[in-house]
Amino acid sequence: MIGERYLNLLVLAALMAVPLWALAADEPFTITLATRAVILALAAVGLNIALGMGGLVSLGHAVFFGLGGYAMGILASHAQSYTPLELFGLTIEGTKSMPVIWLTAIIISALAAWGIGLLSLRTSGVYFIMITLAFGQMFYYFAISWSAYGGEDGLSIYVRNGFPGLNTLVPIEYFGLCFAVLCLALLLNARLQGSPFGLALNAARQVPARVETVGLDPMRLKLLAFVLSGAITGLAGALFADLNRFVSPTMFSWQLSGELIVLIVIGGVGRLMGPVIGACLFVTLEHWLGGITEFWHVFLGAILLLIVLFARGGIVGLLTGKEGPHV
Amino acid sequence: MSLLEISGLSLSYGSSQALFDVNLEIAPGEVVALMGRNGMGKTTTVKAICRMLPSQGRLVFDGQDLHRLPSHKAARLGIGLVPEGRRCFRDLTVRENLLATARPGDWGLEEVEALFPRLGERDSQRAASLSGGEQQMLAIGRALMTNPRLLILDEATEGLAPIIRQEIWAAIARLKRDTGMAILLIDKTLRELQQVSDKAVIIERGKTVWSGDMAALPADVSERYVGV
Repeated sequence: MIGERYLNLLVLAALMAVPLWALAADEPFTITLATRAVILALAAVGLNIALGMGGLVSLGHAVFFGLGGYAMGILASHAQSYTPLELFGLTIEGTKSMPVIWLTAIIISALAAWGIGLLSLRTSGVYFIMITLAFGQMFYYFAISWSAYGGEDGLSIYVRNGFPGLNTLVPIEYFGLCFAVLCLALLLNARLQGSPFGLALNAARQVPARVETVGLDPMRLKLLAFVLSGAITGLAGALFADLNRFVSPTMFSWQLSGELIVLIVIGGVGRLMGPVIGACLFVTLEHWLGGITEFWHVFLGAILLLIVLFARGGIVGLLTGKEGPHV
Repeated sequence: MSLLEISGLSLSYGSSQALFDVNLEIAPGEVVALMGRNGMGKTTTVKAICRMLPSQGRLVFDGQDLHRLPSHKAARLGIGLVPEGRRCFRDLTVRENLLATARPGDWGLEEVEALFPRLGERDSQRAASLSGGEQQMLAIGRALMTNPRLLILDEATEGLAPIIRQEIWAAIARLKRDTGMAILLIDKTLRELQQVSDKAVIIERGKTVWSGDMAALPADVSERYVGV
């Protein structure tokens, strides 16, 4: 068994070492794979706030991932075509600046999470899962029919957006940027877990009626968690779209929401590094097994099955010997 | 002026009426025992006070109509509940259980751990791994961390070993002696209730049938409605 703190440091060190090795070995595709893992981990770190701390099994988190992606796609496409965006009588210039795009992605995702949360948090259990799924499908079909931004075919961005002081087209530099954002999100998550808000949210997940009698409003706690969670997943969506320089309605798909849940469950629900370990394993299997057979999801399913049956704390729980929260 | 005023309180679970006419008053710093046989409406009255169940009648805390407030806002006025069955947050440690509910005031981690030293010794232990008595202490500590003006203890010593019950009764006596906190007690042990309570209110089939000074509680009333 290994202490969770050491395991966390080990995972981050390994995640950093792989692209550095790939750089030395001149394997740029491995760096792109690592970047993909980092971005998926970031999206799952966002979902883990709602799922792990708040017990909210959201099957609609792809909404925020997609909104982040489309925030990037729309702003960058207007910048590359030199045409301003007309919105509610306002004229907005497009931009190729990542910080501006990130901020837009965070705000839009947070606002959407607030609206969706206000409605869906009135329900719980299977109804919450279904209502978040329904929102996901609404956004998915809206994106398909949104011909102004590519409809079903999606939207291509020719040049990756810029970040001050970095050449984001160099894979290792873009990896470094995404890795830094992931570390910040993990830091925020770690601070949240020990904060009065995090503890109250955890308590609200366990006994909602009881937290009310100690003066806490579980609905408000869960809504705030959902908004924070959506904002982080939205930021991941913007980074993902920039990685691929492509946005499409699949970013809103329920399969993606499901995959995010799967990678958290594999890594460890409510564990700080659960989403990171899950994302790394997911991307590794996708690349490695995907090269052998197109039915690689079968193996992922088998791993998920084993973990659910024999390791309720996910891989982190298995390695540290500690059970995770009972979601 | 009373801290808590209840008069003509009624409450129904669907079509089944549980409370008909509950009357109860608690002054600041007063300890009141709410007594009655099983199923007579003691816990239901507590749930009405904490706004966990909708009720009718007069329900006023510190001049504010509790019927206008949701449960969490009623608690924020200064009502701390130690529920029947403890209901600690199982996945959180002792320290986290206490900090999750903390609000500014005289009661903090240090004060609670001074009242119950066992909690201090098990600071980083998960609540699920504590014994029943320790969980009860944690439930009381958790309520104290909200710095209530009225502490409600619903069957706080039920099912516990005699030595643990003694510790809890000693803590309640200390709360009465050292703080200006009003306490509403529900318990089945008459002797301890008599030692610590200023007043008694007896409920029978959802109605207040007797209320007055604990010292003046006639033996025949106690025998008839409480069974001891």
